[in-house]
Amino acid sequence: MTFTKKICGAAGALGLSLFAAAPVWAQAATAAAPTVDKGDTAWMMTSTLLVLMMIVPGLALFYGGLTRSKNMLSTMTQIGAVACFAMLIWVMWGYTMAFGDGGNAVISGFGKLFLAGITPDSKAATFTAGVAIPEYVFVCFQMTFAAITVALVLGSVVERMKFSAVMVFALVWLTIVYFPIAHMVWASNGYFFGLGALDFAGGTVVHINAGVSALVAALILGKRIGYPKEPMAPHSLTMTGIGTGLLWVGWFGFNAGSALEANGSAALAMINTFVATASAGLFWMLAERAVGHKPSALGFCSGIVAGLVAVTPAAGNSGPFGAIVLGAVASIICFFAVSKLKPKLGYDDALDAFGVHGIGGMIGAIGTGIVYAPSLGGPGKPDFNMGHQLVVQIEAVVTTIIWASIGTVIAIFIAKLLTGLRVSEEVELEGLDLGEHGERAYNM
Amino acid sequence: MKLVMAIIKPFKLDDVREALSSLGIAGMTVSEVKGFGRQKGQTEIYRGAEYSTNMVPKIKIEVVCDDDLAPRVVEATQAAANSGAIGDGKIFVLDVSQAVRIRTGETGETAL
Repeated sequence: MTFTKKICGAAGALGLSLFAAAPVWAQAATAAAPTVDKGDTAWMMTSTLLVLMMIVPGLALFYGGLTRSKNMLSTMTQIGAVACFAMLIWVMWGYTMAFGDGGNAVISGFGKLFLAGITPDSKAATFTAGVAIPEYVFVCFQMTFAAITVALVLGSVVERMKFSAVMVFALVWLTIVYFPIAHMVWASNGYFFGLGALDFAGGTVVHINAGVSALVAALILGKRIGYPKEPMAPHSLTMTGIGTGLLWVGWFGFNAGSALEANGSAALAMINTFVATASAGLFWMLAERAVGHKPSALGFCSGIVAGLVAVTPAAGNSGPFGAIVLGAVASIICFFAVSKLKPKLGYDDALDAFGVHGIGGMIGAIGTGIVYAPSLGGPGKPDFNMGHQLVVQIEAVVTTIIWASIGTVIAIFIAKLLTGLRVSEEVELEGLDLGEHGERAYNM
Repeated sequence: MKLVMAIIKPFKLDDVREALSSLGIAGMTVSEVKGFGRQKGQTEIYRGAEYSTNMVPKIKIEVVCDDDLAPRVVEATQAAANSGAIGDGKIFVLDVSQAVRIRTGETGETAL
């Protein structure tokens, strides 16, 4: 079955605030205690680990391969470290800020600070009445989302931002940007949820959020020395290719796992995560051909990621053919964003976190309002009003952009105040691997 | 004694090695090098960012042989490394004043 967040959100606003999008049945649940299905639980535990694999080693290799060899370890270490930090912050105050009981449209209550009151018997509701998963599994699943989102932001600031600055940034950014937006999107009393915004697996909260924050952070941090005059070719597209594969496989946990159950909705998310991505990988290379370049390996990898980003909000909210078109459109637009728009505007988004995640996320979020239509093969109800839905989607996108921008400015300035933000010119030229970590990636 | 130093296209290494082996050459030194001559580098494009590399990867072969053999080494190398395209490389011949086999201390042509 397909979950209609719109209806749920409206009802949820009245009722108990429980977890990601299950409030309507939370009330029913008080009547008959929800049962935990072992199959659902096993799938959600698996999905959680798949998302972890997207971060280490998936994203670490994907980003690492794109940097110069002198910054490989720095890139991988920053990703691993902020992900670890996010996990700890999540269980301390993140979970309760996003999914705790009570609170308002922007933030939850603090009743679950340090996971207070959660036991192995605690249950988190799913999208089906009477079906729950253990709350610890839900805590872990959502924990990996927080961890990957903050790691994604780093794509624009690698090769020049201090390790200490990255850690301070992660702390502040998660607290003032990620947790509130996660709450707004996924919690039953959240602002976007109440609007009826469609976001299956986190197109706004993960990708637009990370992409826009990455752009703002890169603008404040400034360009790498020598950019764009000096060649800064990726040092290992082999690593990037391996990372791409790990991201794609892991993304099934991200998207199909967001159904919170092992059911038909997860199956729809799964097939869309195949076909939208396949389409996007090919269309990026076609776009390269169209402007007279060779179809490239990096183009293929970039297209795969752009497709995955775009299908994230649409995963369980689109038919397979809607997803194919969405992947293709996102891929072509992202290609122009990174290869034409970025050089024209001159900002140094080093690994195109904004160009792929920000732009791809926006295409996906807005496109979801189109492909959801039953007339296009989507799972929407017959009375689905595309015009209204598009307005809601755009409202969620714009709010996320504004929130992420302001929050990132604050987080970056706090990091600057405490750490100086940027490595010295000497360290930047020598490479952050030696300067910041005292190691080299390759001793040959 | 002569040092024959050849800069060739990397994919021609096996052909040259075989040609020289059949002449009875006892050994050679091979290095991966970069440089440019008339063949300019190529353009690489990463997400739209174009980098033109003016250094082209080549293989450098160094062979030391006695004076009589040198012309045939040059000839064989030239024939084996020739693809007919710009960038096939160059061969240089230098005089060598001494050679020593480290293990035995032999010198001159017997050390080759």
